[in-house]
Amino acid sequence: MDIRHRMARRAAAYFVAGDIVNLGIGVPSLCSNYAPAGVMIHTENGLLGVGPIADGVRAVESFSNAGGMRFVPVAGAAAFDSAESFAIVRSGRLAATVLGGLQVSERGDLANWARPGKMVGMGGAMDLVNGARKVIVTMELTAKGAPKILRECTYPLTGKSCVDHVVTEQCVIDVTPQGLVLREILGGLGPSDIQKQVEPYLIVADDLSVMDD
Amino acid sequence: MSGKVRTKEEIVALFKDGQTIAVGGFANHGVPNALIDCVLDSGARHLTLLSNDTGDADLTIGRLIHNDRVHRVIGSHIGMNSETVDLVAKGQIQLTLVPQGSLAERMRCGGSGLGGVLTKTGIGTVAEEGKRIIEIDGEKWLLEAPLRGDIALVRARSADPLGNLTYRGTSRNFNPLVAKAAAITVVEADMLVELDEIDADSVVTPGVYVDMILAH
Repeated sequence: MDIRHRMARRAAAYFVAGDIVNLGIGVPSLCSNYAPAGVMIHTENGLLGVGPIADGVRAVESFSNAGGMRFVPVAGAAAFDSAESFAIVRSGRLAATVLGGLQVSERGDLANWARPGKMVGMGGAMDLVNGARKVIVTMELTAKGAPKILRECTYPLTGKSCVDHVVTEQCVIDVTPQGLVLREILGGLGPSDIQKQVEPYLIVADDLSVMDD
Repeated sequence: MSGKVRTKEEIVALFKDGQTIAVGGFANHGVPNALIDCVLDSGARHLTLLSNDTGDADLTIGRLIHNDRVHRVIGSHIGMNSETVDLVAKGQIQLTLVPQGSLAERMRCGGSGLGGVLTKTGIGTVAEEGKRIIEIDGEKWLLEAPLRGDIALVRARSADPLGNLTYRGTSRNFNPLVAKAAAITVVEADMLVELDEIDADSVVTPGVYVDMILAH
């Protein structure tokens, strides 16, 4: 399984039947392949109940996700306008949101929408990290070797103290009040291999486990 | 069918330099493309565009950018449109970014006679710059002010002669919100239907918000 799908599968393991989840563009969107039965997918452009990617005559403009992919709505899907869509988001109805990340800080601040001097828009990300009950970030551990998990984010923030879990290709890290906890690690690596790729101190979980291949 | 149905010429005559145009649609989907043709035909320039995004370069809403009609954009995301990104970088378009949910609520307030909305979205980020933080019972909230346009452009699935509207799927997006949030609301519908053909319980945007419907 390639890295992207492995990260998506691990992030989707946080979902349970009955959850409503919102998936960002890229790796997060792949989580739909691994979500347990009974999870409903919300797309911020106004639909709850996103189903499989559509083709042929089922692929119509009016059923497109936020990334522009055409989908088939599941039985029981509901469509609504953007105000309703974000009422669902802000009011805590989303069990989880999965987003990409540029930087995550020791306290769980997330920067994922802009680099300095290139602010093209936060879209719905600020609402999602503020409203979802669990914020899961999928990202590579480093950007070409440079740490992305930092003491403080240097890029414009999406939200403060909002991240719960960071799923990378090498490890899973939880943000806790005590600090960052290394929870899972890829087979063959040790905690020190991860520690040297992140800036803040990592607490190694007592029950540190091995990530599935 | 007549009612609020108007010819393209009548609608083209609405647009003037410097207006604020609120446009429905999300990432090229559910966009009132025939009404954007009307704006282009009018020759109006220096427009403020109030919309979630600016589409792709020279596609859908992006045609207003490509044809140099817009001097200001209020939206949540312009990253899909390289021309908008370029013009913002050169200072030729002023950009105001608003988190998507707050943008929707600001339009809803603008169309509902409300003075603003309090949200936690954007607190501690650049989205709070220049806005008031209001503390209620020890909790901090960001005050987001109403937004309105001079003219709203709406894409509907069906419209009856009074302007009662339905939408389909994710093509609804910002359309019902812009429909309320402007002095004049103009609709482009995939289907023009007879009075009573839309059941009262199925109406999403009541015709009271609609001023004109583009003739087929």
